Amino acid sequence: MATTTLSKPALRPKGTADIVPNRRPKTPLSRILATVVVSVLAVAWLVPFAWATATALKSETDAASTPISWLPASGFTLDAFAKVLQSGNIPTWTLNSLFTSAAITAITLVISASVAYAISRVDFRGKRMLMGVIVASIIIPPPVLIIPLFQQMQSLNLIDTYWALILPQVIHSPMVFVLKKFFDQIPRELEEAALMDGAGRLRIFTTIVLPLSRPILAAVAIFVFIGAWNNFLWPFIATNESSLLTLPVGLQTIKCAYGIQYAQNMASALLAALPLIVVFLFFQRQIIRGVATTGLAGT
Amino acid sequence: MSTAPATAPTGNPSRSRRDDVPAPTIPAPAAKSSRSRRDNIHGWAFSAPFLAFFLMFLVWPMISGAVMSLTGKSLTGASSGFIGLANYTEAFADQDMWRSLGNTLYFTLISTVPLVVIALALAALVNMGLPAQWLWRLSFFSPFLLASTVVSLFFAWMYNPEIGLFNDLLAKVGIPPVAWLNDPSVAMWAVVIATVWWTVGFNFLLYLAALQNIPQQHYEAASLDGAGGWRQFFSISLPQLGPTTVMIVILQILASLKVFDQIYQMTEGGPGGATRSIVQYIFEAGFTGYRLGYSAAISYIFFALILLIALAQVFTTRKRIA
Repeated sequence: MATTTLSKPALRPKGTADIVPNRRPKTPLSRILATVVVSVLAVAWLVPFAWATATALKSETDAASTPISWLPASGFTLDAFAKVLQSGNIPTWTLNSLFTSAAITAITLVISASVAYAISRVDFRGKRMLMGVIVASIIIPPPVLIIPLFQQMQSLNLIDTYWALILPQVIHSPMVFVLKKFFDQIPRELEEAALMDGAGRLRIFTTIVLPLSRPILAAVAIFVFIGAWNNFLWPFIATNESSLLTLPVGLQTIKCAYGIQYAQNMASALLAALPLIVVFLFFQRQIIRGVATTGLAGT
Repeated sequence: MSTAPATAPTGNPSRSRRDDVPAPTIPAPAAKSSRSRRDNIHGWAFSAPFLAFFLMFLVWPMISGAVMSLTGKSLTGASSGFIGLANYTEAFADQDMWRSLGNTLYFTLISTVPLVVIALALAALVNMGLPAQWLWRLSFFSPFLLASTVVSLFFAWMYNPEIGLFNDLLAKVGIPPVAWLNDPSVAMWAVVIATVWWTVGFNFLLYLAALQNIPQQHYEAASLDGAGGWRQFFSISLPQLGPTTVMIVILQILASLKVFDQIYQMTEGGPGGATRSIVQYIFEAGFTGYRLGYSAAISYIFFALILLIALAQVFTTRKRIA
C-alpha cells in the first residue's frame, strides 16, 4: 500500500486548448505573499515553545502574576530549572527513556529486518501466509492490547521492570512491510553470486543486504525511536516505580505533584523536550527523509 | 512510497555473474530438494525471532483478551469465572460507553479535517519555492517530536482561564474569556487545537514529499498554456496528490480513533465526561474500576469498530489506490 502513493504518469487536464496562451510565469509577488503567510504561521507555531520558555525563566510569583507579561517584573531567572533538576527525577527518567527506546529500536531492527529478508528472498513453505498475517496485524490498535498485556506482564512478574517496557513494544508490522519492499529492490544477482561461492544466508544478509539497506534501516530506526521515546499509554500502565518511569510518564506525575508551580512545570516540559529537539537539529535531513519514507506505511 | 525507489540501489546488473559460473556438478534433482529443504529451515530460522515476539505479545494477548472478555475477571485477582456474553450485553446498554464512543467519533471528525487540510495548505505554500525550506520544516514539524505530556503541559498552561496566554490574547481584541478545558462545549475543540499544533507537521511532511515528486514539466507545460498558480494547484497538484491524500486520510482517521494521551492529560475526560474517549473508558474500566473482563469486552467492541471503518475504507477507496 505504501508504494501506491507514487504519482502515476500525469493526467493532463483537458480543455485548456482553446485558452489563449497568456504567458504568466509565477510572479515574485505570489511568492512574496506566500513567504509572508508562511512566516506568520511559523511564528505562530513557535508561540507555545516561546511562552513555555518565558514562563520557565520566571520566578513562580512572576509566572502566576496578572496581568500576564512576557517580561517578568523581577527579571529572568534559572531558579525553576535548578529546582527541577535538584529535586526531580528528570535525569533518571531521561536515561530510562534513552535506554528503553534504544533497546526497543535495536530489537525491532534486528527481528524485523531478518523476517523481512526471509520473506523477500528465501523460498520457504508458508511465507505467503506469514506475510499475510503480519500485514493483517497492522490493523490491530495497540490500546486493544493493554488489558491482556497488563495481565500477562503481571503473571510473568514483569510489571515495574524494563522488560515490561521493552518487550511488548518491538512488534512493528508496518516496518516489516517497508523493509521487505526495500529488500525486494536489491538485485538478486548480488546474492546469488555469493551463494554460489558458498556463502551462508546469514553472511549474505549481514555483509551484502544490510550494508546496502542503510538508508531504509536508518529511516525505520528513526521512526521506531521517536515512537518509543514518546509512547505514553503502555509505559504509564506498565510502571509505577518512580525510578523506572520514562520521561513522558514521569512528567505526568510531576504535573500532579507540582500542581500550580507553572515555572517548574514549564521547565520540566522543556527539559523533557530538549533531547529529541537537539537530535532533530543535528539530523534534520535524515529524520525528515525517514518520516517521509516510512510515514505512510502506518503509525 | 515516495523516497524508497530513489534510495534503492539502482545498479544495472545486466550481466549476472551466474552466467560465468559453471553449472553445479551435483545432480540437479538432489540439489533442488536439498536447496528447498535448506530454504525452509533458513526461512523459518530468520523469521523465528520476530515470530516469537509476534506470538507472545500480539497473538497471545489478542486471544487471552477475547477469553477474558467472557469472564468476570477483576484486577484484584478475583474472578467470577465464565459469564458468556454478559460483558458485551452490559456494554451495549452502557450509556457511558456509547458516550465515549460518540466523543471519539466527534474528535476523529473535527481533528481529521484540519489535520489534512492545514497540512496540505502548508505544504503547498512551502512548496512554492520559498527560501529557507529547512526553517519551515523545523517550525511545523518540531512539535511532532514532543511527548504528549509536554504538549499537554504547554497547552493546559496557555488555556489557563485566569492567567493563560490565550485568554490574554482574546482580551486584547475584546473577546470575553473562554473557559477552554473547563467548558464542556469548548473542551474538545481545545483538545483539537493542541492536537493540530502537535501532529499536523507529520502530514505536512508527507504532503511536501509528495508535492516534490510531481514532475516539474507538468507545471511548465501548464504555465505555457497560461494556467496561473491557483489553476495549476487545482488541476495538477491536487489530482496528483490523490493517492497520498487517500492514505493520509485513512491513517489519520485510524490514529484519531485511538486518541487518549492528550485528552487524559489535559482534561482527564472532563468536564463531566465531555471529552472522555473510548480508549480512556477501556483504561478506566480496567484500572480504576478493576473490571478487567468488562474492559476487555469494550476493547473488542472498539476493535470491531476499527475493523468496520478500515473495511469500509478499503472498499470505498479500492479503485483509486489499486
